[in-house]
Amino acid sequence: MSRPELTPSQTVGPFFGYALPFPDGGTMAPAGHPDTVTVHGYVLDGAGAPIPDALVELWQADPAGEFPRVGGSMRRNPVDGGYLGRNGVDFTGFGRIATDAKGRWVARTLLPGARPGHAPHISVCVFARGLLHHLFTRVYFPENTEANAADPLLSSLDAARRGTLVATAEQDRTYRFDIRLQGERETVFLDFG
Amino acid sequence: MSATQREIDREIAEQLEAYEKRLAGGAPAADHPARDYPPYRSSALRHPKQPLVAVTGDPETVELSGPVFGPTDVTDIDNDLTRQHAGEPLGERMTVTGRLLDRDGRPVRGQLVEIWQANSAGRYAHHRDQHPAPLDPNFTGFGRTITDDDGRYSFTTIRPGPYPWRNHTNAWRPAHIHFSVFGNAFTQRLVTQMYFPNDPLFPYDPILQSVTDPSARQRLVARYDHDLSEPEFSLKYRWDIVLDGPSATWIEEGR
Ligand SMILES: [Fe+3]
Repeated sequence: MSRPELTPSQTVGPFFGYALPFPDGGTMAPAGHPDTVTVHGYVLDGAGAPIPDALVELWQADPAGEFPRVGGSMRRNPVDGGYLGRNGVDFTGFGRIATDAKGRWVARTLLPGARPGHAPHISVCVFARGLLHHLFTRVYFPENTEANAADPLLSSLDAARRGTLVATAEQDRTYRFDIRLQGERETVFLDFG
Repeated sequence: MSATQREIDREIAEQLEAYEKRLAGGAPAADHPARDYPPYRSSALRHPKQPLVAVTGDPETVELSGPVFGPTDVTDIDNDLTRQHAGEPLGERMTVTGRLLDRDGRPVRGQLVEIWQANSAGRYAHHRDQHPAPLDPNFTGFGRTITDDDGRYSFTTIRPGPYPWRNHTNAWRPAHIHFSVFGNAFTQRLVTQMYFPNDPLFPYDPILQSVTDPSARQRLVARYDHDLSEPEFSLKYRWDIVLDGPSATWIEEGR
């Protein structure tokens, strides 16, 4: 049997906003979880302008470093607003956030645990009008100094670019992570082959 | 100032020529569009200029797993875009069906497929769509489904209309349905667009033409299947989706 030929990517375009984003798609931590952290930032273009029509998807291990096998999107009941996709209790590790009019995205999640041989990180997939093929990147956390230094990806990068993958700690369990598609301090994007 | 269609046509031809030159020089065929495709003006400031960093050969890579979806993510009629309102939408009723496969031809089961599209007049139910074509109160234009054990999906909808956009003067998008698809691994994620056979707008559209390889581009066009069209009801199109993937995919036991 010959291998099937793969389907090319196309841009998400400007009009996905009524179809793909889930209400509270960035609220990944179960409601009221005491370990909730906020990860937020801007998606910026090559001129440094915020991108108000980007879609950011997050995927991560749970705090124990395990992949969540609990099904569920952030789909809501359109009538009463209740959870349909996930049950609101279990951590699914998946978030989907459309940037707002100022190009900003916000996720409330639990810090990922480490996978063997890796520093803890959140995987990010970015879509936008003007982007013909999505981009992958990762959010690492600044307090994991030793694990970050030993991480196979981070340690392979030039010091000058490595920092684009490490979030900045702010007050109150909040981390800032901007995604720069182009230009000065362009984010490191990944190719999984 | 906005480019003319003729100028865009010339840029598209230049890109094709450069691609053919690379092929002749031994470069592999490109399945995906380059992120930097000048005829699509919005790509200018939105593509990275640094090379991507390869992450391969590591079985613990987080991206070799992916989110899980299931029966709670869809209801039975979420894949019928003609039944979301009190009345029937205007337009040509159609069904599109196909299989979601990986590079080895294996079905990708239990994964989320989402679509969104313009109505039959070429207007999206989106607040930023300014095209002066009518909204259809009986059509929103998005649907979702979960692939079955054969990797099959199916949507019933109406055929979307072509619509103008502002890439250049007299720019029109060929009719298309946007697809968002998950694979078993996060690395297999795909967002793309499905087109209809023999659309006269194909050569003028920088988004479709951004797939410079002609055979890859052809894979974005659904096949009309007369035998499967339902008499007195709807026209049927077939479109299989084949996901990119890492050489080694982390697959849960029993999948
Ligand atoms: Fe469109």
